[in-house]
Amino acid sequence: MPADPFVTAPPALLTTSDGRPLKAALAQAQGRARRRAFLLVAPLLAFVIFTFVLPIAQMLQRSVYHDGFSANAPAVRAWFAATVPGTPPDETAFAALAQDFRQMKADKTAGLAGTRVNYTLPESRSLFTATARKADDLAPPYRDAFLAISAKWASPAVWQAMRSAASPYTSDFYLIATDFERADDGTPRRVQENQRIYVYLFVKTFVLSGVITLLCLLLAFPVAHLLATLPMARANLLMILVLLPFWTSLLVRTSSWIVMLQGQGVVNDLLVATGVVDDQNRLEMMYNQLGTIIVMTHILLPFMILPLYSVMKVIPPSYARAARSLGATSWTTFRRIYLPQTLPGIGAGAILVFILAVGYYITPALVGGADGQLISNLIDFHMDKSNWSLAAALSAMLLAGVLVIYWLYDRLVGIDNLKFG
Amino acid sequence: MALTARNDAFVAFDGVQKSYDGETLVVKDLNLHIAKGEFLTMLGPSGSGKTTCLMMLAGFETATNGEIRLDGRPINQVPPHKRGIGMVFQNYALFPHMTVGENLSFPLEVRGMGKEERQTRIARALDMVQMGAFAARRPAQLSGGQQQRVALARALVFDPELVLMDEPLGALDKQLREHMQFEIKHLHESLGITVVYVTHDQGEALTMSDRIAVFNDGRIQQLAPPSDLYERPDNSFVAGFIGENNRLTGTVEDIAGGRALVRLATGELIDATPVNVSRKGQPTLVSIRPERVEYKPEALPEGAHTLDAEVLEFIYMGDIFRTRLRVAGSEDFVIKSRNTAGQRMLRPGEKIRIGWAPQDARALDPA
Repeated sequence: MPADPFVTAPPALLTTSDGRPLKAALAQAQGRARRRAFLLVAPLLAFVIFTFVLPIAQMLQRSVYHDGFSANAPAVRAWFAATVPGTPPDETAFAALAQDFRQMKADKTAGLAGTRVNYTLPESRSLFTATARKADDLAPPYRDAFLAISAKWASPAVWQAMRSAASPYTSDFYLIATDFERADDGTPRRVQENQRIYVYLFVKTFVLSGVITLLCLLLAFPVAHLLATLPMARANLLMILVLLPFWTSLLVRTSSWIVMLQGQGVVNDLLVATGVVDDQNRLEMMYNQLGTIIVMTHILLPFMILPLYSVMKVIPPSYARAARSLGATSWTTFRRIYLPQTLPGIGAGAILVFILAVGYYITPALVGGADGQLISNLIDFHMDKSNWSLAAALSAMLLAGVLVIYWLYDRLVGIDNLKFG
Repeated sequence: MALTARNDAFVAFDGVQKSYDGETLVVKDLNLHIAKGEFLTMLGPSGSGKTTCLMMLAGFETATNGEIRLDGRPINQVPPHKRGIGMVFQNYALFPHMTVGENLSFPLEVRGMGKEERQTRIARALDMVQMGAFAARRPAQLSGGQQQRVALARALVFDPELVLMDEPLGALDKQLREHMQFEIKHLHESLGITVVYVTHDQGEALTMSDRIAVFNDGRIQQLAPPSDLYERPDNSFVAGFIGENNRLTGTVEDIAGGRALVRLATGELIDATPVNVSRKGQPTLVSIRPERVEYKPEALPEGAHTLDAEVLEFIYMGDIFRTRLRVAGSEDFVIKSRNTAGQRMLRPGEKIRIGWAPQDARALDPA
């Protein structure tokens, strides 16, 4: 049978002149250089792992883990483990609970356990602390003793909440963070309309970040173009003006915007003095959504200008000239030749500004007033209140949101099209 | 001369001046008329104003003074996109985010041409430069020579009557460059277009052009067909810029009947043709091409003056021999001889006598 010309025999294993396999020789020859290179990056790698990867992993774990109840109520936990969900509490259950409460009182951990149950069923914390105060008086029959302290102990909702808290792992924080709560039988349902806050804030955060990103793009594009085309000396001066905000404290910049825009501020005074608005109707530009947008746009502007500039800098003017010589008007030249070539810069700037804006905290906290708050301010609020797990769940959702944006960008534009400078 | 007649000039520069800073003139009083179908090259060192002239013609620079006309119509105020001039740029300027086909489609789209006609024209233009199979590629996937062809096709696809080329072959290697020179020349001949070509490569200019305008210091130093430019340079700049030449300085001893007798600084007498010297006693610079110098006594014309020379260096270059001599006190007098059968190879240290026909030595201004 003639040999098929399109199928070549597998190449014989290549060896070096002294008979070692070529691959092994290559790995050995390059191994030293590779180890040296690794040693160079090792400090940064360790730093990133300890200060970035581990905390994020811990945050993610905390968002699904809370052992406040499960660690402090071992007896009840054992009873839950022995019965199927929905079993009404019998005398042994109340006896176990009494045993746990005595221990909790001794360890002063009733508040901690109550806090965990409180996440699933509001107002449970006070029930726990109140019961713990009287834990020493508990005596058989325990069911009656508990009901004497509070009638709530007969409620199936309380027992359902404790059953769900009996496992340290829970999705409850994510339910709360998406405006859901558990019904008495444990099934999730949306909270009352007037209590829905998190989803609204998430949406608002993303919409506001989008608006800020768009404003930054509109303002940064001409500036970056100017920077890229001006003669060196003047471009350097302009670049210093662009970078100046970077060298100024964030707090100082935010406060100066307050001075400018507040009710009795510079801008309003000028408008009143020139008669554009009268003294009674001063514009409200501070401590609201508008204030957040204005100040954050200004603060994030350099993050848009710099990537745009670095892309525009390397677009040779001959492209525009070529387009013009081929018969395109200046507008067509901009739209079809210049703009598409700046896309990597637009993408990089937009994604940078958007991701920074989504997680921005100080500025909305200072100038946002009531309706200019973003989700990060709420995360901070829960951290202040030691609701670590809820804060972690909110943060994890924010992180997921950013990753989704990043993924979408990769699908639509391509991450390799990103140019930060 | 019909080519320079004012009335049928296709492109005309009249008294054009250009200044960028209001203090110095980059282009000083340019007068140039280009006939329809002509291949004109602007040749000169960098900073001589040739590219500025091209940019003014394309519309990317405005003339500070003077008038530029295209086909009889003043175009000083016409924006570049309405001039209808094809242009090939030094670095090709192919749009990197478009395929080859889209690049060629662009000038047709902005002219509002229908899809079918666009396809026909793109195919025709690409075939013209043998790039028909590459319409779907991106410029970055092409070699330099291929990009050059596409740039050429793009500048021609909308059938401009005038095509400007700004050092289009500068980035190619020598072999490809020489090949492309002929291709551009053939395209020019077969399409009947007018080409204004800018280069600083004299070989390129000599190979391709109908006429060459040699620029220096913002002025045209000489405007002539290649053979005239090479053999009959008007001044010492042109003589020095185009091709290699040997320069001997001296003073005019006698001048009569289109012949000048020049006494060199070292005392010897040589023959020359007076170009811009007119009277006895004038200082002059005599320019002689290396390949016109003879050292075989039988090849010298009757009665020609000869000079003593000593061979300093002999270089074998394949098709030619290049020999450096000590002549009249100068140590960089070069002669070139073809590597023909029976050609004698000179040896360093050898003493010879050299001479030339009087019309090959030109007595120029002492620059």
